Amino acid sequence: MNAALVIIFGTIIFSSLLGIYAGRRVKMNLENWTVGGRRFGIILIWLLMAGEIYTTFTFLGASGWAYSKGAPAFYILIYGTLAYTVSFFLLPEIWKIGKRYGLHTQPDFFIKIYDSRTLGVLVALIGVCSIIPYLQLQLAGLGFIVEVASNGAFSSHLAIGISFLLTCLFVYTSGIRGAAWVSIIKDIMMIVAVGVVGIGVPSIYFGGFGKMFKALIAQKPHHLVLPGSTAQMDLLWVMSTVLLTGLGFYMWPHIFSAAFSAKSAKTMKRNAIVMPFYQIPVLFVFMVGFTALLVIPDLKNGDLAFLALVNKTYPSWFMGFVGAAGAVTAMVPSSVLVLFASTLLAKNVYQAGFNPRASEDRVMRLSRFLVLVITTCALIFALFFPSALVNLLLMGYDGVTQFFPGVVFGLFWKRVTRIGVLSGLVAGISIVALLVLGRHDPFLGMNAGFVALVVNVVFTLGVSFLTKPLNWRIVKAK
Amino acid sequence: MQKGTKLALILAALPFISLVFALPLVNRIEPVILGLPFILFWIVSWVILTPVILLGAYLLEKKFNVPEEEDKQ
Repeated sequence: MNAALVIIFGTIIFSSLLGIYAGRRVKMNLENWTVGGRRFGIILIWLLMAGEIYTTFTFLGASGWAYSKGAPAFYILIYGTLAYTVSFFLLPEIWKIGKRYGLHTQPDFFIKIYDSRTLGVLVALIGVCSIIPYLQLQLAGLGFIVEVASNGAFSSHLAIGISFLLTCLFVYTSGIRGAAWVSIIKDIMMIVAVGVVGIGVPSIYFGGFGKMFKALIAQKPHHLVLPGSTAQMDLLWVMSTVLLTGLGFYMWPHIFSAAFSAKSAKTMKRNAIVMPFYQIPVLFVFMVGFTALLVIPDLKNGDLAFLALVNKTYPSWFMGFVGAAGAVTAMVPSSVLVLFASTLLAKNVYQAGFNPRASEDRVMRLSRFLVLVITTCALIFALFFPSALVNLLLMGYDGVTQFFPGVVFGLFWKRVTRIGVLSGLVAGISIVALLVLGRHDPFLGMNAGFVALVVNVVFTLGVSFLTKPLNWRIVKAK
Repeated sequence: MQKGTKLALILAALPFISLVFALPLVNRIEPVILGLPFILFWIVSWVILTPVILLGAYLLEKKFNVPEEEDKQ
């Protein structure tokens, strides 16, 4: 048994136990399971949001982008900041509607605002299709991190299997509360790992990040300005991508619903103020990617940059710590993804689409059962067909962002109609599929999802003007 | 729209202007400030300024908006 293995295994077990413990003495109904009884204060909300948002991509993807693409990686730093600014205005309003009508999910919101179950089912299906590949990506990331960090002692398949059965277990027992609690461990470990490595490696190899940048500017100045070391990710791409992802950020069904867990609209506003500070660790991750480019320039897979540099620099027990941090960093977002994929299917596809008379208790039991089904499906995909869902993954962000016009107009524009939103959504999704599957992304230098969003807005506005307006009292009722 | 929300929206437009529309103007390495290439320094500064801006927006809303029933909880 090596030290790394003990640390990784111990962390996975301990986190899961904490997640299960979080749900004790809470009577599990749909309200408690999905939105924590709407009682989360600023700390739990912050933990939950950060837990969902900062995924394995923060570890591997951001350093990998800095390593192989260079300046286009900076988009990651920008879009989160824009998203928090949007959330300051949007989430408190979403929370109020959620509280007033006892909503649990994003399709619930569409069903209530637009009085349309068809729209709800469509939103739920698009949501689930975007969530499953994202979940699989987390699984794959977890396996990859643990296998590399334990130096092969803990195989990728075994790591995925164990940690996901345990994740499944704490979602089943504790719901959203479990995710928020495990997030405590996740956030602490991730910040320590990223902080130590991000400040450490530039100092160890160059005597500070300023000197590291000096060396990089001398060797590869083009890497640090757009389009970096890519051919297509120029200014227009970054600008359209940060607009798309900044607006689409809270349209992910699991992140949208997290807004309902807050105890007040004010909590959501305060949370929006503090969230941007969470972007600072991303800067450290970039430092690691850039240092890796100078120290180990010949990696075939850029996503290895973070782990390879840690492996070269630190003792194996610290590598184990990084592996453990990576594992919980995958487990927390996954738990929420599984939770909402199941609830969307049970509540918004089964109940809203096929059986409106189903009791809440029945929906709850079905949701819990679907946790097992969805985890199993994602496991099968991750273990045996790792590239089967790659097209869906490419479309995920572009797809969920198409909800944005429906949400914003629904809250703030009296003239919007359900047919308008429906046609905008269908047009947007069609353009996404056409451009992404036809390999036309970027399109005219812009992110294809952004092009689709513009078409979506045009359709929503145009068709809304041509059709009979909604009953606005749903939003404005007191 | 209430006055406080209007003022808050104007303030919140700042990160969008500087982090999206001003990017073509800052896409360069020189001058290197605090060890960071200029484009990165620019982005990081706005990441740090944004919470301050949002706090300002929060205070403006508090000062000028008449609170709704649901805001009081």
